[in-house]
Amino acid sequence: MIKHLLSVTQLSPEDINRVLDTAESFREVGTRVIKKVPALRGRTVVNLFYENSTRTRISFELAAKRLSADVINFSTSGSSVAKGESLKDTALTLQAMGADAIVIRHSSSGSPHTLTRWVEASVINAGDGTHEHPTQALLDLYTIREHFPSFEGLRVAVVGDVLHSRVARSNTHALVRMGAEVTLVGPPTLIPPEAQAWGVQVSHDMDEVLPKLDVCYMLRVQRERQRQQYFPSVREYSRLFGLTRERVAALPEGALIMHPGPMNRGVEIASDVADLPRSLITDQVTNGIAVRMALLYLMLGGTGEEAA
Amino acid sequence: MARLLLRGARVVDSTSDTDGPADVLVVDETVEEIGPDVTSNGAEILDCDGLVVAPGLVDLHAHLREPGREDAETVETGSRAAALGGYTAVCAMPNTDPVADTAAVILEVRNLADKAGLVDVYPAAAITKGLEGERLVEIGELAEMGVRLFTDDHECVQSAQVMRMALEYARAFEVVICQHSQEASLTEGWQMHEGSYSSLLGLRGAPAEAEAVIVARDLLLAGRAGGRLHVTHTSAGLSVDLIRDAKARGTRVTADVTPHHLTFSDEDLQGYDTNLRVNPPLRSAEDRDALRSGLRSGDLDAVATDHAPHAEEDKEVEFDRARPGTTGLETALAAVLTAVGPEPDLRLVVERMAAAPARILGVEEHGGPIAPGRPANLVVFDPAAAWTAGERPWASRGRNSAFLGRTLRGSVVHTMLRGDLVVRDGAATR
Amino acid sequence: MGFRPRGRLLDEGEIRRALTRIAHEVLERNKGAGDVALVGIAARGDDLARRMAEELRRIESAEVPVGVLDITFYRDDIGLRGEAPEVHQTLIPFDVSGKTVVLVDDVLYTGRTIRAAMDALMDLGRPRAIQLAVLVDRGHRELPIRPDYVGKNVPTRADDLVRVLTNETDGQDGVEVGEVSA
Repeated sequence: MIKHLLSVTQLSPEDINRVLDTAESFREVGTRVIKKVPALRGRTVVNLFYENSTRTRISFELAAKRLSADVINFSTSGSSVAKGESLKDTALTLQAMGADAIVIRHSSSGSPHTLTRWVEASVINAGDGTHEHPTQALLDLYTIREHFPSFEGLRVAVVGDVLHSRVARSNTHALVRMGAEVTLVGPPTLIPPEAQAWGVQVSHDMDEVLPKLDVCYMLRVQRERQRQQYFPSVREYSRLFGLTRERVAALPEGALIMHPGPMNRGVEIASDVADLPRSLITDQVTNGIAVRMALLYLMLGGTGEEAA
Repeated sequence: MARLLLRGARVVDSTSDTDGPADVLVVDETVEEIGPDVTSNGAEILDCDGLVVAPGLVDLHAHLREPGREDAETVETGSRAAALGGYTAVCAMPNTDPVADTAAVILEVRNLADKAGLVDVYPAAAITKGLEGERLVEIGELAEMGVRLFTDDHECVQSAQVMRMALEYARAFEVVICQHSQEASLTEGWQMHEGSYSSLLGLRGAPAEAEAVIVARDLLLAGRAGGRLHVTHTSAGLSVDLIRDAKARGTRVTADVTPHHLTFSDEDLQGYDTNLRVNPPLRSAEDRDALRSGLRSGDLDAVATDHAPHAEEDKEVEFDRARPGTTGLETALAAVLTAVGPEPDLRLVVERMAAAPARILGVEEHGGPIAPGRPANLVVFDPAAAWTAGERPWASRGRNSAFLGRTLRGSVVHTMLRGDLVVRDGAATR
Repeated sequence: MGFRPRGRLLDEGEIRRALTRIAHEVLERNKGAGDVALVGIAARGDDLARRMAEELRRIESAEVPVGVLDITFYRDDIGLRGEAPEVHQTLIPFDVSGKTVVLVDDVLYTGRTIRAAMDALMDLGRPRAIQLAVLVDRGHRELPIRPDYVGKNVPTRADDLVRVLTNETDGQDGVEVGEVSA
C-alpha cells in the first residue's frame, strides 16, 4: 500500500477494492460491543486540521481510536496553528513527537504534498483546497458498492460547481478508474477547462442526462460564486441545475441521490427533496469510519518495503 | 600594465559574425589584439583550449532586492551571482523598498554596485510613482542620469491611458518602456497557468490571454505613440505571434524570455514545487515550444533571467502562499544552452544573451564586438561541461532555483570586467 | 515465492475420520453439546468448524452454533512485514458469553494465531471456557498454548510449510508438507 495518500489517482483499481473489502471487516467491528481492535496499538495518528470540519475530524479520530492508536488533534482554534506558526515548523514538531500518520486538511491545494517533504510519517490528505478529498471518494465508492454490484459501466453524473470542488475531482478520478461512465453537469463557467482529459463527458443540460443515471451526485454550490459572476443569479442556477422534485421523478427507479454535505437548500437542491439523500447520511457516517480505519490499517500495518 | 592572453579559444561574437579559433590579448581595460598566434610578450597566459570566449552576457531583468529585502539578496551578492553566470552587465529591477522612482535610489544602487566591482549594474527606474500605475515618474531627469529602462515590474501598468502617455513621453529620451504584461482582473488569485494541469492540481489558473491582451494593447499603443516598448518575460505562444506581427508592421518593440520558460512547462508543477511557482507562470508544452522557436527566429530578441531570489520563509510554505520567482543568474547560460541543445548555435546564443540585450539597454561597452580598442568585457565558458544545479553552493542569497537537481550543460570558467578577472576558474575573485 | 510439496500428511478420508473423532471427543469432554459453540479461525478453520457442526448434528442431533473469526487485527506482527496482513470476514451471529467456545483451526504451529484468537474472543464477550481443536499439530510452539483436540500430530522442520486444502475453499481436501521454492 502506498505510503502517502495525497490523491486518489495514486490508487489502482486493485488498491481501491482492497480498501473497500478491508472496510467491510471494519464495518463489522463497528457492530460489536467493544468497537476496538488492537491492530495499531502504540501508533500515533495526528489530525492536523487547518480548516474546521468537525465531521471529518471526528471520523478520523474514531477510526484511529478504534484501531487502538493514540490520537492527537491539532486544530485551528486554540493551538500554535492559530498563532501563525508556519506549516513547516508545525511539521517539524510533529516529526519530533514521533507521529506515525498525519491527517491534514488545509485550504491550500498541494499542502499535503508539501508536508511530505518535512516529515517521515504517512500523510493522508483529508481535503486540500480545491484539489482532492480522497477519503471522501473512497467512502462514496463504498456507499455506491452497497447498492450496485459493479462500477463497470455505472452511469454517474456529478452536478454543480466542479471547478471549486475537491470532492468532485476525487470522486470523478476514482469512478473513472473503476470503469464508471461519468458525466460532469453544470454551467460552462463551473466545469474546469480541459476536464474531458479526465475521461468524462460534459453536459450543460441536466434534464437530458437525468433519465439515464444510476447515481446522481450533487455538489454544493456556494452563493458567493454568483457574486464572482460564475452564474448570473441563484434563481437561474437552480432553475437549470438544481435538483427539484420534478427532476427526482425523472431519475430511473433505484437511482441513488448523493450529496457530500452540507447542503445549500434552494441552490443545488430544493428544500422539499433535501431529505432524500438524507437517508444515506447515517450510512455515510458509519461507512466513513470503516473506510478510514481500513486506510489507516493498510497504510500503517506494513513496513512499506517491497515483498521479497 | 596588466596583460592577459586568452590562448587557443573559440571566439564567438555575433556582432562581428565571428565563430572561430583565435587568441585574445587584453591589456588593462581593453582588447588589444585578436587573431591566430598572438605573441604574449610577458602576458599572463590563460589556456582556453576547448573553451569559448564571447562578449560578457547582459541581463535585462534581475531583482537585486536592495534596498529593502537584503535578507533575500544584496547588490553585492547579486553581482557576484551575475559574474559567476558570465554576466558583465545587469539591469536591476526597481521594485525595491523604497521603489526606485527617484534619483536617490538609483544612485544608491549604482554606488553599491561600484563598491562590489563585480559587474556593471544599470538600475532601471519605475514607470509610475510607487509602482501604483497612476502617475509617471520624472522620466526626463532619470534619463539624463543615464537610466535606460523603465518598468513597473512586477506590477503591470493596467491603465491604457497611462501606458500610452509613458510611451509617447519616452519618445523624447530614447529609453525603453518595459512592461510586465498581466491583466489584473483575469489573474486574481492566480497560482499557475490555466490549463489541464491547473484543473488537475486544484490550483487557480491564469490564462495565457491575461498576458496576450496586454501585449496586444501595448503593441497598438506603441505603434501609435512611436516610443520603444519592451515586452519582458514573454511566456505565451499567443504573445510571440502578436510581437511578430507588430514587428512586421514596423512597431518599435523588443521582447525577452527567461531560461526557465524555455525549459519547463506546467506539467512540471505536479509535485507542487514552490521553486516552479513563477510570474508569469510556466505555461503549456506548446507555449514552451513557441518560445523556443521565437528565440531562434528572433521574434524574441533576448534572454533575460528575471532573477528573483527569496528568503526561505517565503518559499518553504504552502504553494499558494509562496512568493513567485526563481533565481537565475548562475544557471542562465547553461540552462539556455541545454534548452536549445543538444548542438546549440553559439552565435545565436551570444546574440540573444549578450549583443541584443546590450543594444536594447543601450550599453555600448557590453555585448561585443570583440575587437581591438573595445572594452574587455568577456566571458570564457566550457560549452560541454555538465553539472548539477545545487551541487555547488550558490553565490546568490536565494536558494530558490527552479533548476535544483537538474543536469545542465555549459559552465562559466572566467568572467572579465574591463580586463579585470572577477571570476577565475569558476570562482569569484572577490 | 511458491510452494513445492514434499508429501501428503492427510488425505480426504483421513481428514473426514479425524473430524468425526474430534466431534465425538468434544461431546464426551463436554458431556453433550449443551453450551458448546464452534468458532472457526479464518481461513479454512471455518470450513472445518462447519463440518464439525455437521458431525455433531449427525451424531447427536445437536444444533451447535458456528461462527467464523478473523484474527488479523489481533496479530502480533502488524507493521513488521512489507504489507499489512490480509483481512478476512468475522461473522459470529451469537453471543459468546457463557458458552464453551471451541476454537477450530487447521494447523497449530507457534501458537500466536491462537493467542490472537483468544484476545479477539475476549473482546467479543466472556466465554465460560475456551477449548482448542486443530486438524494438524506441527510442533514448534513459541507460546504456552496447547490443543484440547488434535487430528494428527506431525513433526515438521521449522522451515517447512504445511498447507491445508479444503473442498469448500480449494476444491479438494488434503494436508501437504513442503518447502518454499524460490
